[in-house]
Amino acid sequence: MPTPSPDTPRLAIRGIRKVYPSVIANDGIDLVVMPGEIHAVLGENGAGKSTLMKVIYGVIRPDEGEILWEGERVTVPNPAQARALGIGMVFQHFSLFETLTVVQNVALSIPGKLDLAALSKRIEEVSERYGLPVDPRRMVHALSVGERQRVEIIRCLLQNPRLLILDEPTSVLTPQAVRKLFETLRQLAAEGVSILYISHKLDEIQELCHKATVLRGGKVTGTCTPSQETPQTMARLMIGVDLPACCHGEAEGGGEVRLRIQGLSHVTDDPFGTNLKDIHLEVRSGEILGIAGVSGNGQQELLRAISGEEPLTQKQAIELCGLPVGHLNPARRRGLGMCFVPEERLGRGAVPRLSLTENILLTAYRKGMLFAGLIRFGVAKRFAEECIKRFDVKCGGAHSEAKSLSGGNLQKFIVGREIMQEPRLLVLAQPTWGVDVGASSFIRQSVLDLRNSGSAVLVISEELEELFEICDRIQVIAKGTLSPSKLTADTNVEEIGMWMSGLWPGAKTEGASHVA
Amino acid sequence: MELSFFSSILFATVVAGTPLIIVALGELVTEKSGVLNLGAEGIMSVGAVAAFATAHHTGSPTLGILAGMGAGMLMSLLFGISALTLMANQVASGLALSIFGVGLSAFIGKPYESIALASVTPIRIPLLSKIPLLGPSLFEQQGLVYFSWALIAAVAWFLYRSRAGLVLRAVGESPVAAHSIGYGVVRIRYQAVLFGGAMAGIGGAFLSVFYTPMWVEGMVAGRGWIALSLVVFATWRPMRVMIGAYLFGGCMITQMFVQGSGARISIPAQFLSSLPYVATILVLVLISRNRSTIRINSPASLGQPFLPDA
Repeated sequence: MPTPSPDTPRLAIRGIRKVYPSVIANDGIDLVVMPGEIHAVLGENGAGKSTLMKVIYGVIRPDEGEILWEGERVTVPNPAQARALGIGMVFQHFSLFETLTVVQNVALSIPGKLDLAALSKRIEEVSERYGLPVDPRRMVHALSVGERQRVEIIRCLLQNPRLLILDEPTSVLTPQAVRKLFETLRQLAAEGVSILYISHKLDEIQELCHKATVLRGGKVTGTCTPSQETPQTMARLMIGVDLPACCHGEAEGGGEVRLRIQGLSHVTDDPFGTNLKDIHLEVRSGEILGIAGVSGNGQQELLRAISGEEPLTQKQAIELCGLPVGHLNPARRRGLGMCFVPEERLGRGAVPRLSLTENILLTAYRKGMLFAGLIRFGVAKRFAEECIKRFDVKCGGAHSEAKSLSGGNLQKFIVGREIMQEPRLLVLAQPTWGVDVGASSFIRQSVLDLRNSGSAVLVISEELEELFEICDRIQVIAKGTLSPSKLTADTNVEEIGMWMSGLWPGAKTEGASHVA
Repeated sequence: MELSFFSSILFATVVAGTPLIIVALGELVTEKSGVLNLGAEGIMSVGAVAAFATAHHTGSPTLGILAGMGAGMLMSLLFGISALTLMANQVASGLALSIFGVGLSAFIGKPYESIALASVTPIRIPLLSKIPLLGPSLFEQQGLVYFSWALIAAVAWFLYRSRAGLVLRAVGESPVAAHSIGYGVVRIRYQAVLFGGAMAGIGGAFLSVFYTPMWVEGMVAGRGWIALSLVVFATWRPMRVMIGAYLFGGCMITQMFVQGSGARISIPAQFLSSLPYVATILVLVLISRNRSTIRINSPASLGQPFLPDA
């Protein structure tokens, strides 16, 4: 790979500033990446990492600042120009087209004549060389998340990049797949490719990266050599204060069964969905059951079955506090004491254009907010205000629109709304997805407190650390089937990671699961 | 030449289906880019009157077609400015364009009412037109009929074999992703809209210059709407558009024959008139009821405006 001089930085950016109407996303950011260096960009959600990467890749134009590529000042007006320079990017939210095949997707970012047969061969060569197996003829919608990521990486590699940007690449991978990815990245770095690695996972950065730049609130708060730091010191740079530790407390255990699912099978009518096969689980009062798994293995379908959004014909398959509820709609299940925090905050958890008070009404109206068919707005408002206070929701007040809140604050509000209804069973989907570290640990603590007060809690999450932190027992979902349950204390990330590929003792191993 | 009953029904079916194919294929390309242009009826009307006026003044049907095409592109440019540049609601813009186009065509066409053009002699294809039964009805047609067949092949090739078609489909599925890998979403959508407008204009021209060589207010008579629904029921696939268009044309012609034959049948005429619509919808629904076919072929961003975030 041609480099002008080994001492010239591959990329140097100076004083990048990008202002949006409501927020300064980047405020005078400097960053230097050397050839063959794996450089971490560390920061919480909203710290400005993604904006910075989009500036480098030419998706967004900065208001101020300059970019030096191998010592020369350049402007990057669009992604095509970035690719011409030798910059490749793997996006956090994949930029693949679901209804096209792998090779067609790759062809879209390779200039020149359309020769799919020749391109397929090149894809196979690259995937062989870097250990990224993928079939070029398959449609993207049929691929697992891990496979999709490989397609994104291969797409970049085919352009012989000299700088590869990866935005939160491991958030969707099993621990084993993460290890494979790291091997590939190290191989690339050894060949002289520079890598910008965006993440908020401190242990990964320690393991992989040579250098790190830490962002907070759009500014650089420090640079460090991760191998010489501890996660605590890096966390301090990242969030500005020490991380609060969760206090777990002993599980009561042995409480009454609040949710029982027996032999639940369900064929979805979504052609891209996953069928559920013979699901068994039990959640007792005073315990937290976690369901791990790589997304797209049936979590959506299981959640819809539990919440009642997809009513079942088998009425006995789901029992809530001893009553068969398989045929009941979500409102009736909530009436029996089940509360539910869906994965999508805006749209399913809250109505974006409604005020917080009105959003309270959506699920908590049973708490004395109705009288003779009329709404008692005073009660709802007091409930909202208490929720804002108790759960430390930063907002303009109970009258603010839901969409005006940041992700973390809205999630605290939604979780608070459900917890304040004192549910007998609380179901949470991805409770801290895209939520910053501070708010995450607050939410986890609130969930633990709820369990300690005697509620049953079911958490479905892709974040293994989160599950190990709060759950008493863990089960794994893979390809629409559910593993046996394990006490968290008796297992470890390795074992659960294996299980996430569908390989638990006694599993019917018909082909690999949707994992990589 | 004397045509048998079967041949004349086939002949008329092909003629009736041709404008639908042309307009629907144009709309299909537009929709594949993620833009829903409901203005086809209005664009066809303006195309029809522009083509008629030009053909009348110049005496050249070819210039008429070109005028219809140009008028259609101008109309769709209007839609593009409103829906793509100004990001107005696509449904509302399209509906407005339809209403506007129908009205405008009536206004322009006032002086041309009750004038007839000389009918254009069909183009006879040597050898093929000698095939018994099929030859005279399929291969002694107007040039635009052959054009519509070529268009089916061209659109299918473009969408599924060419790079530009791949880009177009990508834009229609996820404009955000297409933008992030560096494609000009708005520019590509403009091209698709203009192509759709050109085809709708030609479809209108076919009606006023060849099908019934005269201008009558409201002569498009809902064909723009039929073409729109053909695209959806054909799940955005060119071959199925053709099947749907001929099916509709065939049922239309057959029921007209039946009604015109004076046969004493005790079926209300309104019921017969509704048959083409019912039959087309039924058949297309049946062949495309597979949900994954729909999901794979329908452009996911259809009708949504695209606003780049920079």
